[in-house]
Amino acid sequence: MSASAAAADEHYTSTGLNNRKMVFWAFLGSECMFFGTLISTYLIYKNHSLNGPYAHDVLNIPLTSFSAFVLLMSSLTMVLALASVQRDNVRGAKIWLASTAGLGCIFIGNQIYEFTHFVTHEGLTLQKNMFGASFFVLTGFHGAHVTGGVIWLTTLLVMAFKGKLSSKNSLDVEIAGLYWHFVDIVWIAIFTLVYLIQ
Amino acid sequence: MSDAAHPTTHGEHPTEPAHAHPGASEYLRIAAILTVITAIEVAVFYIPAMAQFLVPVLLVLSAIKFVLVVMFYMHLKFDHPTFTWLFVLGLTIAGAIIISLMLLFDAMVRFHQVHPSA
Amino acid sequence: MSSVTATATTHVHAKPKSQSGVWSWITTVDHKRIAVLYFVTAFFFFVIGGIEAVLMRVQLATPNNTFVDARTFNALFTMHGTTMVFLALMPLSVAFFNLVVPLQLGARDVAFPRLNAFSYWVFLLGGLFMNSSWLFKAAPDTGWFGYANLTSRAFSPGHSVDFWMLGLQFLGIASLAGAFNFIVTILNMRAPGMTFMRMPIFCWMTLVTSFLLVLAFPVITVALILLTFDRFVGTSFFIPQGGGDPVLWQHLFWIFGHPEVYILILPAMGIISEVLPTFSRKPLFGYPFVVYSGVFIGILGFGVWSHHMFSVGLGPIADSVFAITTMLIAIPTGVKIFNWIATLWGGHIRPTTSLLFAVGFIAMFIIGGLSGIEHASPPADLQQTDTYFVVAHFHYVLFGGTILGIFAGLYYWYPKITGRLMDETLGKIHFWLTMIGFNITFFPMHLLGLWGMPRRIYTYDKGLGFDTLNLVCTIGAFIIVIGTLALMWNLVVSLKKGKVAGPDPWDARTLEWSIPSPPPEYNFAVLPTVEHRDDLWERKQAGLGPIPQPPNAHVHMPNPSYWPLVTAFGMLIFFSGLMLSIYMAIFGFAFTIFGIYRWAFEPAS
Repeated sequence: MSASAAAADEHYTSTGLNNRKMVFWAFLGSECMFFGTLISTYLIYKNHSLNGPYAHDVLNIPLTSFSAFVLLMSSLTMVLALASVQRDNVRGAKIWLASTAGLGCIFIGNQIYEFTHFVTHEGLTLQKNMFGASFFVLTGFHGAHVTGGVIWLTTLLVMAFKGKLSSKNSLDVEIAGLYWHFVDIVWIAIFTLVYLIQ
Repeated sequence: MSDAAHPTTHGEHPTEPAHAHPGASEYLRIAAILTVITAIEVAVFYIPAMAQFLVPVLLVLSAIKFVLVVMFYMHLKFDHPTFTWLFVLGLTIAGAIIISLMLLFDAMVRFHQVHPSA
Repeated sequence: MSSVTATATTHVHAKPKSQSGVWSWITTVDHKRIAVLYFVTAFFFFVIGGIEAVLMRVQLATPNNTFVDARTFNALFTMHGTTMVFLALMPLSVAFFNLVVPLQLGARDVAFPRLNAFSYWVFLLGGLFMNSSWLFKAAPDTGWFGYANLTSRAFSPGHSVDFWMLGLQFLGIASLAGAFNFIVTILNMRAPGMTFMRMPIFCWMTLVTSFLLVLAFPVITVALILLTFDRFVGTSFFIPQGGGDPVLWQHLFWIFGHPEVYILILPAMGIISEVLPTFSRKPLFGYPFVVYSGVFIGILGFGVWSHHMFSVGLGPIADSVFAITTMLIAIPTGVKIFNWIATLWGGHIRPTTSLLFAVGFIAMFIIGGLSGIEHASPPADLQQTDTYFVVAHFHYVLFGGTILGIFAGLYYWYPKITGRLMDETLGKIHFWLTMIGFNITFFPMHLLGLWGMPRRIYTYDKGLGFDTLNLVCTIGAFIIVIGTLALMWNLVVSLKKGKVAGPDPWDARTLEWSIPSPPPEYNFAVLPTVEHRDDLWERKQAGLGPIPQPPNAHVHMPNPSYWPLVTAFGMLIFFSGLMLSIYMAIFGFAFTIFGIYRWAFEPAS
C-alpha cells in the first residue's frame, strides 16, 4: 500500500472526499438546528418577561461590538494558521494558533465580565425573567462552544510544539478551523438578533 | 453560489486534493470587509434616522458577513458541493423553523386576543 | 480508479487480536458484532416494553380493576412508550443499519468504527440509566412526550422526570453519533461503481433516516436542556407563572417528534423494499419513485409537527396549513404502497416467513395510514385526540408497520450473520400468532376510541360500554406474547440447529449475499465493482455469479478499542452526577474528556 494511504481515513472513498471532513460538515448542519432552536426560544421569550430588566436596559453595545470584532479577527488568524500548516510553516502555525486561542480567551473574558455585571449590577439572573433566562442560555451555550474551541486550539498548539503538526495532518487544523468559524458565524447571528435588534 | 466557482476534480485522488485556497491577502481583504460591515451595523444602531430601517438593514448586513465567512474562511466556495449541501440543509431547516415558530406564536397570541374564550 | 486496487491489497501480517471471549466483545469495532450487540440489547428492551404493555392490559381487562394503582399505571405507559421508541424500535433498526449497510455498499466497515462502538455503549448505558428508575421507585410518569408543565418541580417533585430528561439526553448522543456515522458511510463508502441510483433501497432509507436524526435531535436536545434548567436552576421556560409558555415545549417536542415518527418507519420501509423483490423474483417496481418518495417524506416530515397540537388552539390559519402539509404526506406514502404491491404483482412469489411479514406490513400500514389521514383534519382530530382511536392508529403504524418490518428483516438477514436459517414452521406460527393477536388487540381500540374511551386512564367504570372490548384487547395482547415466545425460541434453537444457509440462501439481489454467511471480519477481500442496480442478481442472470473472493485473505482492519466504552462510561457518571452531586458531574465530565483524548490520540489501525 502506498505511503500516502497510511492513515485510515485516507482510504478510497466514493466521493474522493475525506470522511472526517464530511462528518464535520454534517455535524455543523446539525449544530445549525441546535442554535436555531436556542435562537427561536430567545426570540419568542424576550418579550415574555413579567418584570425588568429588559434587553434595552442592560445590553452593552460598545463592549459586545468589541467582542464581535475580536471573534472576527480570530477567524482571520485561524485561516492564517491553516495556510501556514498547509505550507509546513510550523512557526507561523504556532503564532496564529496561539493568536486565535488568545482572541478566543478575550471573547470569553468579555462574556464573563458581561455576565457578572448583569448579575451583580443589573440584577439580571437566569431566574429573574424570561429575557434573562433565554439570554443567558443562548449566549452561555455559545460561550461554552468558544471555550471548547479554545481547548481544541490549545491541543493543536501542544501538538505543534511537540513537532506533530505538519502539512500531512493539516486536516486536523482545517477541521478545528471549521468549528471555530462556525462559532464565529453563530455570533454574527446572535450579535444582530440579540444585541442590535432589541 | 459555491457550486459553480472552482469545480476541483474528485474521485481520482484518494487523498484530499489540494484546493485552490485563497492566499493571505485575500483573507485580509475579507477581514477588512467584515470589520467595515460590523462598523456599519453598529453605526446604523446608533443613528436615530435609521431606526425604521434598522431590522432589514441589520439582517442583510449580518447575512453578508455570515456568507463571507462561510464561503471564504470555511472554503465552501472552493470546496466540494457535498459540503455545501450538508451545511445548507441544516441551515435552511433551522431558518424555516425559527420563522415558523415566530409566526405560530404571533398568530396564537393574536387569535386568543380576538377569541378569549377559545 | 487506481485507488481501488491499492486498498484491496491484502496484508499478510494483521495484528493478532483476540477473536472470542468477553473482552473481544467489549473492545470490538466490527460493525457486524456491534449489530449483534445492538440487536440483543434492543430485543431485551423490547421484551421489557412488552411486559409493561401486558401489565397495562391486565389492569384494563376489567372495569374498576385494582391490579396496579394510578401512579404505577402512569409510569407504565410512560416507560412503555419511551422504551419502545428509544430503546427498542430505533436501536432494532440501527442493528440492521449496522449489519446490512456496509455489506450492501460493498464496504469493509462503517466510516468510523470506534464511533460506532461508542454509539452502542451510550445506548446500552442510557437504556440502563433510564430503566434503573424502576429500582429507585422513580419511574418517569409524565408520558413519553413529557408535556410541560407537568414536568415542572411543582408537579413532579422527586427524580422521576430527572431520569427521563437526562436519560433521553444521554440516549440522544448515541443516536446522533450513529446517524453521523451512517451519513458518511453511505455517501463515502460505496463500492466503486455504486452510484446513488444503484444503491439498495435499504441504504437509501438509512440515509434519509440518518439525516432526520441529525436534524431533529438537536431540537429535543435544546428542549431537554431548557427543561433541565427549569428543574435544576429554577428558570421558568415552561412555567406560565414565571412568563414561560408550555406550548413552546409542545412545539419543540413535536418538531423533533414528528421526524422521529419517520425515523421509526423509514428503516422498516427500506427492509421490506429488499424483502419483497427477493421473494417475488422481480426488481422493485418504480425504484426511483420509491427513492424520491422516501426523500420527500423526510423533507415534509419537518413541516407537519403542529398536527399533534390541533387541540392547543393555534388559530385557524396554522391549523389549516398543517392539515394540508399532513395530507400531502399521504401522496409519497401511497406511491410507496402501490410500488410494493406492483412488485408483488405477477411475481414468482415464495411465501417465506420473511415475505409474510413484509406483506403483513403493507396491509397493517395501510390501515394505520388511513386512520392517520383522518386526524389530519383538525375537526376530526378534535374528536379523536386523547382517545383510544389514536392509540389504535399509532400501533398500526409502529407495531403493524415498524415491528412487522423488523421481523421481516430478521428472518431475511438472520442467516447472513449466523450462517443458519431460522425455522420456517416456527416462523409461520410466530407470524400468524402475531398478526391475529395484533389485530385482536388493536382493532377494537378504534371502536373504543370513537365511543369516547380516553387514553392514559388507569381504569374505567362498569357500564360505559367499554367492558367487553377491553377484555378482547387484553386477550389479544396475550396472543402476541405467545407469538413473541415462539420467535425467541426460534432465535435460540436456529442458532445451533437451523439449516446451514450458505452465502445466498434466498437467491437474492444485493451484495451482502455475494459473500459467505457469516461474512469474514473484513467482509470483502476484494472490493466489488458494481455495474448495475441489484448487481448480484444481474451477474447471476448473466451467468457470472458473485465476484470471486480469495479465501482466508488477511486484510488490515481497525484495531479494537476500549476508549469508546470508557468515554460512554464517563458520560454515564456525568448524567448521574447531574442528579446526585455536582462533584460527581464534574468528575464524569473530566472522565469523558479524558476518554475522548485517549481515543483521539490512539492509532486507529
